[in-house]
Amino acid sequence: MDNTPLLQIRDLSVEYETRMGVVKAVDGVSLDVYRGEVLGLVGESGCGKSTLGMALLRLVRPPGRIVQGTIHFDGINLLELSEGEMRDLRGRRISMIFQDPMTSLDPLQRIDDHFIETIRAHERRTRPAEARQRAAELFDRLGIAPDRLVDYPHQLSGGMRQRVMIGLALSLNADLIIADEPTTSLDVIVEAQFLDLLKELQEAYRLTIILITHNIGIVAELADRVAVMYAGKLVELAPAVPLFTEPLHPYTAGLLRSVPNIRLDQDRLEIMEGSPPDLINPPPGCRFHPRCSLAVERCRVEEPPFVEVRPEHQVACWVRMEEEGL
Amino acid sequence: MQNGYLVEVQSLKKWFPVQQSFLENLLSRRKEFVRAVDGVSFAIRRGEVFGLAGESGSGKTTTGRLILRLIEPTEGQIRFDGIEITSLPPEEMRRLRRRMQVIFQDPFASLNPRMKIGDAIGHGLVIHGLAQGEAKREAVLEMMEKVGLTPAAILYEKYPHQLSGGQRQRAVIARALVTHPDLVVADEPIAMADVSVRAMLLELMRQLKEEFHLTYLFITHDLATAKYICDRIAVMYLGKIVEVGSLEQVYRSPVHPYTEALLAAVPVPDPRARRTTPIPKGEIPNPINPPPGCRFHPRCPLAEPVCSQEEPTLIEVEAGHAVACHVRTR
Repeated sequence: MDNTPLLQIRDLSVEYETRMGVVKAVDGVSLDVYRGEVLGLVGESGCGKSTLGMALLRLVRPPGRIVQGTIHFDGINLLELSEGEMRDLRGRRISMIFQDPMTSLDPLQRIDDHFIETIRAHERRTRPAEARQRAAELFDRLGIAPDRLVDYPHQLSGGMRQRVMIGLALSLNADLIIADEPTTSLDVIVEAQFLDLLKELQEAYRLTIILITHNIGIVAELADRVAVMYAGKLVELAPAVPLFTEPLHPYTAGLLRSVPNIRLDQDRLEIMEGSPPDLINPPPGCRFHPRCSLAVERCRVEEPPFVEVRPEHQVACWVRMEEEGL
Repeated sequence: MQNGYLVEVQSLKKWFPVQQSFLENLLSRRKEFVRAVDGVSFAIRRGEVFGLAGESGSGKTTTGRLILRLIEPTEGQIRFDGIEITSLPPEEMRRLRRRMQVIFQDPFASLNPRMKIGDAIGHGLVIHGLAQGEAKREAVLEMMEKVGLTPAAILYEKYPHQLSGGQRQRAVIARALVTHPDLVVADEPIAMADVSVRAMLLELMRQLKEEFHLTYLFITHDLATAKYICDRIAVMYLGKIVEVGSLEQVYRSPVHPYTEALLAAVPVPDPRARRTTPIPKGEIPNPINPPPGCRFHPRCPLAEPVCSQEEPTLIEVEAGHAVACHVRTR
């Protein structure tokens, strides 16, 4: 990890205008992502993690929009770029991998043409044969036989398609890869193979990856640091080991206790009562307070700030702040 | 009739013909088949949770559908409570259906969007002529209370889109239980739910099983979750059962190399316990032309010549624990 963040997000908010009112999907998120790290971004459906990922690429579609904040990527303020400049940055320097690779691959185009087109869109002087050669070398690295380059997307398995997506990101040496549920559609063995590949490539190329997922297990496998979102807010951020072993936010703790663990000798999971709030009218104070067993009066009225309560360990919780003497 | 087993499956096969074009049909004499289920035998005890685990293409879902006779087997027998159902006339099969219900993965897809939740839950009562009108309403409200769909009287009038995901899944459970079945086939019942909701649904299924003396066939790809509900488990690969035993036997001392791989591949929510063991290469092959011999042999780190020549059969390695592997059962 190096000291200047590759990505600096400050006070970012995204809202969706709906008939029922304004949904605050992402609410005042500040986060740094360092070069060469894997940052896991976890939370349950509707917590805002995917919206945050889309916002980083400026891909939030109406009725959603970024209403405040800044995103600095390698010193560039992304929110001030023109649409054309942003398009050039997407793919070339920031790549996105989605849950279903079929949504990003053109079903009528052969895999090698995807590579040629992607590479040449950003490097106009690269000849098609050269681009194809680069794709073939990458395929070797991805563990796919290069003769599959002439296949169409539907001829590849789900696992191979997801490898192709990583390959497309690597073909341009993207600085940042945002992977949103990249293994959710894969079977468990294929998922493990993909995670192994991702780990290997991440180390070899010092990739910076934001891994967005609801799957706590794959975050534990891969992430250096973990950010937890709840109801549009970042509630906790810490290196992986302290986050899993000493979670500070009661939501993180509850979430971790409800995750099945194949290695543990337990026959029951703990159940977290209640459900996430309506983001049109979120509760005042801490958004988790209605479900929190530790909640005190202050939690019900005043929103907790997101502060570092231990070295490199940030949390938004009044009770924990007090315990840590802040 | 009361032999301790509610369901007994013998040499069950389901081969789906591969769709061919008219020209292909003319030109080739051989018809091709997807061998989704290719000779499986097992028995489910009354009152137990029997897990059927495997990846996509293993045949686990097809096996579940065969047991419910939602599709017809190509070969083999299925006995439900001692009655051979593969040859049962439609009318008798319909009567038996009350006693076997199903819960699917996607609660949205399995609830009619234009039917009120209460009517959807009570549909089975009407179909099977068990209750109508006020009696149906009473039975539905009672079941809604049992599964935690409250306030029942209000939710009764709602449509599926007005419910949360967790509530919809509870509705699907209520609908399955309202006819008081003996067997519930649960096909990935919680795969779509969020982590915190999953724990709650598992606990609910467990309580309901005790209260209504149910037997579950729990079909899943998620071995971590299966651990919290199953009593016994069978692991399927490419249409075959490769290992079957008690939860403890299969999880603590897996014998088949595929079971080992499957267990090792499950991500563990603990960054201090990151997996270091290698995972077998490749993916489940095409079930149209499955590999000869042991179907796992092309990916198996232990494979020997015999594995590609002879098909292994399930052999008991300890009481109640059977494995189909030439190398490990020698």
